[in-house]
Amino acid sequence: MKEAVFIGGPSSAGPDLQELLALVARGDQEAFSRVYDLASGPVLGLVRSVLRDPAQSEEVVQEVLLEVWRTAPRFRSDRGSAMTWILTLAHRRAVDRVRSAQAAGDRERRAALLERTPAYDEVTEQVEAGLEREQVRRCLRTLTELQRQSVTLAYYRGLAYREVAELLSVPLGTVKTRMRDGLIRLRDCLGVSA
Amino acid sequence: MTAADLHTLTGAYVLHALEPGERAAFEGHLDACPPCAQEVRELAATAARLGSAAAVSPPPALKEQVLRRIATERQDPPRGRARSRPSGGGGARGRAMSRFALAACLAAAAAFGGVAAWQQRAAQDARGRAEAAEQRSQAVVAVLAAPDAKLATARLPSGANSTVVVSRGQDKAVFLTSGLPKAPRGMVYQLWYDDGGTMRGAGLMDPATESDAVLLAGPVGAASGMGLTVEPAGGSAHPTSDPLVLLSFPAT
Repeated sequence: MKEAVFIGGPSSAGPDLQELLALVARGDQEAFSRVYDLASGPVLGLVRSVLRDPAQSEEVVQEVLLEVWRTAPRFRSDRGSAMTWILTLAHRRAVDRVRSAQAAGDRERRAALLERTPAYDEVTEQVEAGLEREQVRRCLRTLTELQRQSVTLAYYRGLAYREVAELLSVPLGTVKTRMRDGLIRLRDCLGVSA
Repeated sequence: MTAADLHTLTGAYVLHALEPGERAAFEGHLDACPPCAQEVRELAATAARLGSAAAVSPPPALKEQVLRRIATERQDPPRGRARSRPSGGGGARGRAMSRFALAACLAAAAAFGGVAAWQQRAAQDARGRAEAAEQRSQAVVAVLAAPDAKLATARLPSGANSTVVVSRGQDKAVFLTSGLPKAPRGMVYQLWYDDGGTMRGAGLMDPATESDAVLLAGPVGAASGMGLTVEPAGGSAHPTSDPLVLLSFPAT
């Protein structure tokens, strides 16, 4: 187990996630079971970093994977990779859950969120996808402090840019642009193409 | 309150960090801005790498639970067979809906055979309404997609978000809200242009579409901002209540 499973990459034998998803789109439950094996780790890691609560996280993971099953017939590979699609669904759901908790008046949770330091390292403590984690960590170090915090607070903590601006005491417009140029720098460092 | 060019919101958009109104405005813009759509695809793939890097091992029981649930869960039909267009903002949805409404009216009229005059008139009315709705939503999309589109946001007292998108080139503005409570009985939301402190009526919000995107009636002209008030049904010539929100248009 020295190599991380980079998902969507050519490392694993057999059909990749993209091909599996095409089978899932036709109702293939066996293929879905393999999609689960490839995607559930990243989905759970991401959802847990946003929600923190293990029980709620597993609930959301179930919802995400159910949505993957349900909407696989609508997945369009020309819009991006299968893993990007799945993790985008996962992030959206996790963020919606956090925000609805806030809207419901869960001020305590919100205050706790804002008090916590970005703690990207805390996230990576749990990380098991070694190679991928190392590469992402290395590239995050090429960002400015403000870029890195803007991106990671929104992504790993599910904060809206308004909350990020509040937390870092910077103007709203600055946060928006830091999110963009932070991700662009990250994209170039990771060699992402779409 | 904040102002920014729509196309610089790609990063905040893929991080799900935008307010709902801004999100809707940005998605409307995305439909008509291929370079923005390309950047969104790339940045979404980049964000997903952050997700992959956080992977953990899920508890074994979780898989059984998920597999059990999908066994009884129906899948959606593929795209194209869906009722409305697969993506796009409120404008695109509105367009699909109005076509659908029109088709339904015409089909209903045709179903009666030897169409009575009143039925035909009803169908023509429906067609006229549908066409007007379609023209409005096309205008909304055009404003969101304008190369000079700028936006400003503010929160309403109710906690709802509001966003205005202005195109000086098109001389038009679109107001978007999410979570706006229903206007009290006998009252209606009215939009205003702010001409340096003098409010100029910019139309009423259709109670049926209060959560959607609304094109402000009339030209932006020299207006420096816009406001929203609650007025008696039918609207007022001048505001009769304090504005729920005032948004300054971003400087060009």
